[in-house]
Amino acid sequence: MTMTVHIDIVSAEADIFSGLAEVVFAPAQDGDVGILPRHAPFLSPLKPGEVVVRKPGGAEESFYVSGGILEVQPHVVTVLADTAQRAKDIDEAAALEARQRAEKLLTDQQTDIDYAKAQAELAQAMAQLKAIQKLRKKK
Amino acid sequence: MSGSKEIRTKIASIKSTQKITRAMEMVAASKMRKAQDKMRKSRPYAEKIGQVIGHLSHAHPEYKNSYMVDREVKRVGVIVVSSDRGLCGSLNNNLFKTALSSMKSWRDENIGIDLCTIGHKSAIFFKRVGGNIVAQASHLGDSPTLDDMIGTVKVMLDDYDSGKIDQLFLIFNRFKNTMTQDPIVQQLLPIHAEEADEKLAHRWDYIYEPDAQSVLDSLLMRYIESLVYQGVVENIACEQAARMVAMKSASDNAGSLIDELQLAYNKARQAAITQELSEIVGGAAAV
Repeated sequence: MTMTVHIDIVSAEADIFSGLAEVVFAPAQDGDVGILPRHAPFLSPLKPGEVVVRKPGGAEESFYVSGGILEVQPHVVTVLADTAQRAKDIDEAAALEARQRAEKLLTDQQTDIDYAKAQAELAQAMAQLKAIQKLRKKK
Repeated sequence: MSGSKEIRTKIASIKSTQKITRAMEMVAASKMRKAQDKMRKSRPYAEKIGQVIGHLSHAHPEYKNSYMVDREVKRVGVIVVSSDRGLCGSLNNNLFKTALSSMKSWRDENIGIDLCTIGHKSAIFFKRVGGNIVAQASHLGDSPTLDDMIGTVKVMLDDYDSGKIDQLFLIFNRFKNTMTQDPIVQQLLPIHAEEADEKLAHRWDYIYEPDAQSVLDSLLMRYIESLVYQGVVENIACEQAARMVAMKSASDNAGSLIDELQLAYNKARQAAITQELSEIVGGAAAV
């Protein structure tokens, strides 16, 4: 019987794959790596690319990861996959956006008041309509 | 007869309200199940990262990331996770109460507070009570992605890196079961890697590529993000559960109200009939 290693591919949002493999190929940061069972403990960030799992029997299954972390222990391989495209400038842009949203929230005095005003006007209009309907029915 | 007519229209309006609340209850129930699923799915990731960080911090005692070092606290960052929409009982109010009480204790110790709000309700609330909101995200929907949170979390992490804040907290509702949700204040930074202790037994280390420091840095960032994500997903499950319960009690109340009104309506109708009869009899007697 061939030796196998257990592999878990997980992302923050879902379990992607869990099972046994004869060999796992992953795009580590300094070059692609192939992990066989009883590999020494190994830790590396992943580049965007394909993680290929060769299952017992030779069938291959591949998963696209947009980055992440690869952790290897002699009998367990864990791929912590990113769900999002990660790059410094993309993160930076997202952070900026979040800050801007907060600023907008704090400076936008208008919207809230407008909303309350509109609600009050709506309530008034509804009351008027109701009164008119009642009058009509009485006639 | 006018009384009975009014009662009838009132019953009809309550019935239509009941229909809405019942529909909302059922929608919330199915959404809650989905949210719970998501909650369960995101757990292994955080657990795995936690384990790896435990290994790392133990294997490399000489290298400490700033995320793992305690420092004097002058200002704290708080991420408050709330729902986007209301009609979910006292869920958000309980959370805000917890947030305000811990904020008060920080203020008493002269510690400044920077807020980051996730969810529309908390944004509105803290704008009203006057908090220093530095980042905000809302309208994430029922199935948020990590993408939606990276920006807000990064703002806080950057502030921590630059020394603007010395601790980071996450406030959200923990899902216990359908009936109970507990508001929780969780410390995100600095991280205390206690998981490492039990691994003292066997000393071993990873082969790092390219080096331990950069691996640890990117791991820690992802760890914090996954904790925040977990909090947000859990909060959604709480929101749906709370809404389900609130809508169920609303439907029940509407039902009992309808019963009462029905009784009043029957009485009014009976009174009208009796009156009419006695009028006819009286009229016949007079002739």
